[in-house]
Amino acid sequence: MKAAAFDYIRAGDLAEVCRALDDGGPDCKIIAGGQTLVPMMAMRLARPSILIDINAVGELQGIGGDETSLVIKACTRQAAAERSPEVRAKAPLLAKALRFVGHPQTRNRGTVGGSIANADPVAEIPLVALTLDAGLVAESAGGARNIGISGFFHGLMETSLAADECLTEVRFPVWNGGGIVGTGFREVSIRAGDFAIVAAAVQLALDENGVCKRAAVALGGVAPTPLRIEATAEALLSSDLDAKTVGEAARLAAHEIDPVADVHASAEYRRRTARVMVERAILEARDEALGRVAKP
Amino acid sequence: MKPREISVTVNAKHYRSEVPPRLTLLDYLREVLGLTGTHAGCEHGVCGACSVIFDGQPIRSCLMFAIQADGHEVETVEGLAGADGGLSPLQDAFWEAHALQCGYCTPGMLMASHALLRANPDPTEDEIKEAIGGNLCRCTGYQQIVEAVRLAAKRMREADPEAGPEGNKDRVDE
Amino acid sequence: MSSEAPEGRRFRYVSRKRRTKEDRRFIAGQGRFVADISLPGMKHVALVTSPHPAARIEAIRTEEALKIEGVLAVITGEELARATDPLMSGLNLPDVRRFPLAVDRARYAGEWVAAVVADSRYIAEDGAELVEVDYDPLPFVVDAEEAMNEDAPAVHPAHGTNVLYQRKFVYGAVDDDFAAADHRLAFRACWGRSSTVPIETFGVLAEWHPGTGILDVWASIQMPKYPEQIARALRLDANCVRVHYDVDVGGSYGVKRGIKHTVLVGYLARKLGCPVRLIEDRLENMTGGDAHGPERIFDVEAAFNGDGEIRSLRIRALDNVGAYAGRAPLQLAKPIGAIVGPYRINSVEYEAISVTTNKTVQEAVRGFGQSPTNFAIETAVDKIARALDLDRVEIRKRNFIRKDEFPYTIPSGSEYDSGDYLTVQDKVLDLADFPALLARRDALRAEGTLAGIGISSCLEPSGGNAAFEPLFNPANETTTWMESCVTKIDLAGTVTSIMATASAGQGHETLVATVTAEELERDPDGIRVVRSDSLASLPSNSPVASRMAIMLGGAASGAAKILKRKLIDIAAHNLQLPADRLVYEGGNVAVRDDPGKKLAWDELVEIAHRKYHQMPLGMEPGLQASYVWEVPKGGELPDADGRVRMYPCYSFEAHIPLIEIDRDTGQVKILEYFIGHDCGTMINPDIVHGMVYGGIAHGIGAALYEIFAYNEDGQLLTGTFMDYLLPSVHEIPDIKMVDHSTPSPLTSMGQKGTGEGGYLGAPAAVASAVNDALAPLGLELDALPMRPGDIEALLRTKSG
Ligand code: FES
Ligand code: FES
Repeated sequence: MKAAAFDYIRAGDLAEVCRALDDGGPDCKIIAGGQTLVPMMAMRLARPSILIDINAVGELQGIGGDETSLVIKACTRQAAAERSPEVRAKAPLLAKALRFVGHPQTRNRGTVGGSIANADPVAEIPLVALTLDAGLVAESAGGARNIGISGFFHGLMETSLAADECLTEVRFPVWNGGGIVGTGFREVSIRAGDFAIVAAAVQLALDENGVCKRAAVALGGVAPTPLRIEATAEALLSSDLDAKTVGEAARLAAHEIDPVADVHASAEYRRRTARVMVERAILEARDEALGRVAKP
Repeated sequence: MKPREISVTVNAKHYRSEVPPRLTLLDYLREVLGLTGTHAGCEHGVCGACSVIFDGQPIRSCLMFAIQADGHEVETVEGLAGADGGLSPLQDAFWEAHALQCGYCTPGMLMASHALLRANPDPTEDEIKEAIGGNLCRCTGYQQIVEAVRLAAKRMREADPEAGPEGNKDRVDE
Repeated sequence: MSSEAPEGRRFRYVSRKRRTKEDRRFIAGQGRFVADISLPGMKHVALVTSPHPAARIEAIRTEEALKIEGVLAVITGEELARATDPLMSGLNLPDVRRFPLAVDRARYAGEWVAAVVADSRYIAEDGAELVEVDYDPLPFVVDAEEAMNEDAPAVHPAHGTNVLYQRKFVYGAVDDDFAAADHRLAFRACWGRSSTVPIETFGVLAEWHPGTGILDVWASIQMPKYPEQIARALRLDANCVRVHYDVDVGGSYGVKRGIKHTVLVGYLARKLGCPVRLIEDRLENMTGGDAHGPERIFDVEAAFNGDGEIRSLRIRALDNVGAYAGRAPLQLAKPIGAIVGPYRINSVEYEAISVTTNKTVQEAVRGFGQSPTNFAIETAVDKIARALDLDRVEIRKRNFIRKDEFPYTIPSGSEYDSGDYLTVQDKVLDLADFPALLARRDALRAEGTLAGIGISSCLEPSGGNAAFEPLFNPANETTTWMESCVTKIDLAGTVTSIMATASAGQGHETLVATVTAEELERDPDGIRVVRSDSLASLPSNSPVASRMAIMLGGAASGAAKILKRKLIDIAAHNLQLPADRLVYEGGNVAVRDDPGKKLAWDELVEIAHRKYHQMPLGMEPGLQASYVWEVPKGGELPDADGRVRMYPCYSFEAHIPLIEIDRDTGQVKILEYFIGHDCGTMINPDIVHGMVYGGIAHGIGAALYEIFAYNEDGQLLTGTFMDYLLPSVHEIPDIKMVDHSTPSPLTSMGQKGTGEGGYLGAPAAVASAVNDALAPLGLELDALPMRPGDIEALLRTKSG
């Protein structure tokens, strides 16, 4: 299980990354954390002719932003994001989801942007990015480009990134437009730390009476890409999130999806557990927010 | 592709080598440097047998190319013992608790737990499990491994109650 | 703390907490695994594998591969088959021929079709990609029952049928017992295809020396008669093959049997004149490594009385052995030696059917078929209890063979040596505080949780005597599985023991040192244990069949006793007293009535090594002894009805897990796990406990997570560690264990086997717990593994 031969470029800065992408042609590939790419290469399912290593690019690392958004540079380690107080404060859903990503050792190497660019339909970070309607920035020799997440995921591990583009940052909008925010993240997997069979991410904002003012719901593992479940989110709005409403809203999610079977789960199992995961994630988010409401 | 020169620090020793870009860090340690303590179990990032510490953090050495380690620092199981060959408290606890059978997963387990104890001298059981959760062992059922890490933490704290994270570098003799 | 042997003997070293001998090197990263061994000029192998479950191989083109710089050779099955003889099979099947590389026809997806040898494994894989094979796909069959149909595609057309073995054994008055019983029930239970899947794959390195005519082999091996089998296939004299047993094996638990790998590499090393190494990568290991485990359908009928007395069983076991026979079909035979479990069951009918299909080849797995069989028996016991509305613990107690009934001969002819099942069961019930555990389960249920307690009480036959070989293959009259040990005391008075097999984590060096130390009353830490090579050593049958504590321990005891006797005789001669007036203590020999008068260890050693004039007349100089031990109670062929004395010793284990099932997702969580365990005298308690914990974890894997799954195209879907799910630390609960010791009367120190412990009862226990949780809903699930989707689908049948 050894990779096919390739040439290697260690980029020192972003300009060099873009240049290399420009020169490299369609077979060159960026390596960030490599936690998905390297196994694919080892199995020769991926065989880039040139590997552009962005791990030394300082511009691509770091966590920042302002009141309205949390900005995570693409090559920031998942472990760094997981430990970051800023992430916890501004994108608590991401902080929560990061604990489900692989294992500590893969999070030490794996990156936030790498996971999004890789676009695995069951991966946690793309799911959160979609839930929160994150904005992406990609750069190429031709300049920078903003990409809305809603148009980013094209298909199974396919994105709208062009071959010569490098994802540079992810902007998670901060929900501070009023209301008390609660988050829920649930997934069902066979073993802890495995890729999820189905994952659900929910973020809610409640007013001081516990009425839902804003809701975002998305599912992973039920389609070739992560999927926003608008019908469920809408059904939650203006309700006080009583069990019945939540149950009904979650049921809608099951109707919105058309999952497929694999060796670990049937399509029906995915559909049914999607409902369950959505329901649990909503309740988790609700209870978290209500806990905050209750606090003086 | 033609070999490229890299320089890597492994267990505080500097090495200069020529490597083809596709050589994994795992194969580099084993085949080029002869540090065969680090093992290959799956070569696709699941089993943790290849765990080493890279710039202070535990990672899987099968998921990196050696060329990416150019200019970086790696610690392996061979570096755990003291210069005199004495076992580290963690190694000694693995022996005491019989935290292994075939010994194949052991170097990975040791590196994962070593990194844990360096960052967190008093881990809870859940924290221990989290730290080794990505390291598969087929022999032990993990029970004696968790026990060994707990024992090592306790002994290290007793030996040096002041030790915070990164604190205790003492060795015990056999 | 010391424990008692049968004769009330107190131990100095045995059964005490002591650090193992082996661990020291592994924690320092100084194990010596086969992949750690490099020889100058060594070349590497990668395999070209069949993408089809069945296909005729029309042509193999190697030119492109050979053009790559660093690729030395590409060999095909045709070439190899010309130069070698077929690999041995456990059954007498002349028309089921097997070679390391497929010849003419590929019989499963992943089968090795050609091998590429190159300067590095990287280049070998480059070469393998460029080998072009023309296949003509053929019809195939992966399901065992379908494979038995008349019109099923034949895996081995020359053999004429896909059935490799079928025989119905009737032990006792089965029909009468069924007719006389108050009740009968029938069910089907399925054991999914999983395996031991060690973290180290199989590897082998071979070097041929034309000057000596010796093929040196280093391998991660656990295989009886390995050197002889390689030699035979390579058409070499057996003393041309030297297997080095000082290789550390990174886990095996049965499957590391790489005969085909070794024959391939041995051939290549000879042909190419350089050392050749093949280390399977994980893909090769999972698909073409021929190391899958049993896949078995049990159809069981039970006859029982209203009071819970189980009178008779009919068991039909259909096993899907994969594309070739190997030794795996014999895994249907070994369980005959414990076919009634720990119970007094008057008669048994057992039909064993081994079927070949287009799946990866099966190999020996921990317990050699016993764990699936235990699962079937325990499932039957649970079902009977449920049918009678009887407590599952109570029904076991009513049927257990009593302590005073041993030795106990079961209907199939095996004799259980000793046991105290009731006490062990009681001990684990105490440990679990069973009433409190029941209360906890019921409290969980009251909250709406699906909670269940599992009960299993299972045997671990140990000590192996290979009686299953003649039973299934009368042409093979093997009735011994001897084991040997050589021990010497050198001129300096230090002790070295030599064993003749590789180890895979079972602690054999600790075993030999402890036992030798116990006999010689010398500190085990000072005793060196080395693992020899196959030419320099006496016979061994390798650490299979849970046999080493018994067999190697017995051989080590035997050798040490000879030495002790010799030391006493030397002392007697020099003190001019009869031996019976002397006492041996700590290596010194003193006069019983005059303890001041003695000869010390060093003096005795000095005499033996230098002072022949002080030796008893005719005694061999030096201090060395070898001992070869036959399996106790071995040595018999089966009778015409297939009654046979199988294994000598029977360990016992009683499991009690508490689990909960997520109603909506079907996920099982193990909340508690208790086990009572009796393997007689424990040589080293840490090693015994470790084996049992590890075995339970392995059993939990087989029960809940692990499956070699195939799709209808005959492709293996779980060929990586991403899909084949070994339990991690998160899946394994804290296991609480209580020991008991019913010494075996047949072994040197009362020890029994333990290497398969835990695994032999855990799958049954977990299945029992799941079914206990499902019982209030009136649901049953009798197929392993019980993955979340399976359980959830079943739950939906109730809740809609
Ligand atoms: S060998 Fe690296 S994770 Fe298995
Ligand atoms: S000790 Fe053998 S795999 Fe862990």
